Amino acid sequence: MPFIPHTAEEAASMLAAIGADSTDALFDEIPAHLRARALEHVPAGVSEMEMLRHLGERAARDDAGICFLGAGSYDHHIPSAVWDLTSRGEFMTAYTPYQAEASQGTLQLIYEYQSMMAGLMAMEVSNASVYDGASGLAEAILMAIRANRKARSRTVLLPDSVHPHYRQAAINIVRNQGVEVVSLPLTDRGVIDISALADAPAAAALVIPQPNFFGLLEDVDALTDWAAQNGVMSIAVVNPLSTALLKPPGEWGSGGVDIACGDGQPFGIPMASGGPSFGFMCARQALVRQMPGRIIGRTEDLDGKTGFALTLQAREQHIRRGKATSNICTNQGLLVTAGTIYLSLLGPRGLNQVAAASHTNARALTSALTAIDGVSERFPGAYFNERVIELPKPAPPVLEALLERGILGGLALGKYYPGMENALLVCATEKRTAQDIGAYAEALREVLK
Amino acid sequence: MSEIPTELRYAASHEWARLEDDGTVTVGISDHAQDALGDVVYVEHPEVGQQVAAQQEAGVVESVKAASDIYAPITGTVVAVNETLEDTPELVNQDPYGDGWFFRIEPDNASDLAELLDSEAYAEVCEADAH
Repeated sequence: MPFIPHTAEEAASMLAAIGADSTDALFDEIPAHLRARALEHVPAGVSEMEMLRHLGERAARDDAGICFLGAGSYDHHIPSAVWDLTSRGEFMTAYTPYQAEASQGTLQLIYEYQSMMAGLMAMEVSNASVYDGASGLAEAILMAIRANRKARSRTVLLPDSVHPHYRQAAINIVRNQGVEVVSLPLTDRGVIDISALADAPAAAALVIPQPNFFGLLEDVDALTDWAAQNGVMSIAVVNPLSTALLKPPGEWGSGGVDIACGDGQPFGIPMASGGPSFGFMCARQALVRQMPGRIIGRTEDLDGKTGFALTLQAREQHIRRGKATSNICTNQGLLVTAGTIYLSLLGPRGLNQVAAASHTNARALTSALTAIDGVSERFPGAYFNERVIELPKPAPPVLEALLERGILGGLALGKYYPGMENALLVCATEKRTAQDIGAYAEALREVLK
Repeated sequence: MSEIPTELRYAASHEWARLEDDGTVTVGISDHAQDALGDVVYVEHPEVGQQVAAQQEAGVVESVKAASDIYAPITGTVVAVNETLEDTPELVNQDPYGDGWFFRIEPDNASDLAELLDSEAYAEVCEADAH
């Protein structure tokens, strides 16, 4: 069977049957100015050979140097088994498993994934994933606003210490739904200014990053407790790897957060120029009906045998349409498969070792770089695997020069934070050796000469 | 044929309303509605003290098949919700006009009840639904 839904003849006969002149006529009720025009920026087709060459050139840029870049996407080791297994036809071809009885393997995998994520976050429930960390944050905000009816507010407090791309994506998604996003300022220590909360407007939710965009640890206990005491729902946005070392969101403050979300990229997903990855979302059991996306449940069939099924579907978009909990989400089946296999291979101890080695290397990197004249730490305080380094001159040209020396030196922060033109966000994972770190320090010393 | 008690008033969106002796109005969903929904698994109530307007969403009833909005049949303030439905939502199926009630409203104008359908008119709505 060809993968063509219908031929021109079939389309013509269908149009004739319903009395329409053309396919375009079917869209008459949409005003012309709202309809998409031809895609201006999409070039004409090219041959497979030309495309492979083009993609090969682009892919080569990913291997530009030793990677000290983090900022949301991390260069962790991925055991070969992860993608060998994920690439098997049974996983590779399976998308959202609507037909539960025929998709038991996929459903069980997602169920295991949910169990692992809920365990890591110390939360009661997890969904089957969403697109990525940023859209997960947007979904968490919308979820909190639906669930926190007592607050009678559609305002969310979004600190400046949250990843700028996450803030941008979340604002783009929620702003047309009558949600007001109020930013919270940073202290000069690079963390949320807790004293500013006293002046914050009444809100339905507070977003708490951990670690924050600068790699720093926020005072999550105080923030979570402040939210609970003020009828504000708390949303943790975390690097999931960090929970192997740090207190998980379900244990923050006296009662834990209401929702935890983030990006699963550190778990077996290649950086791949920034995507794709998968977003995770966990919550309290009491909020499960406001959780977007799908959830896989374990059950028993008529013979008492264990089976898996899509559960709590009644508020999903294929049933509730415009009133669904979300109309922009799906699960990231393939990437979740990789993430689940990664977590299975590492286990709690392996994950802890990866997190600890990343932290140790980030400390070594910080020491090596700040030993250079004129280079210092921008912020004090505890950190996980990233650090903001203050250079004696603007960061972008320094990064260019480092790249010429085979070092992908990090992210210049001036573009995102006015007044931080000389600041550089650097990262080390378990993959960075003492030699790598030495090479970076040496290159930076030369560049700054 | 579903049961449609003659002493109640109805909204075309399948809620029933009953004027109580204390002047409040009890609201639930009709026998026809519970039958169409199938097994009810969850009910989301309005908040006590919440102002509701006639034909405005005031809650959600969720069955194994679908989640549907519950509309307030009359304008007023919510004074009570049926908390027993939290643990036993099946009461909506078993006794839609009795123990399966949803919430109680203190109406701004009790006379607004007259604008709702009587049992005969509601029976016609259900009849039309069936076709």
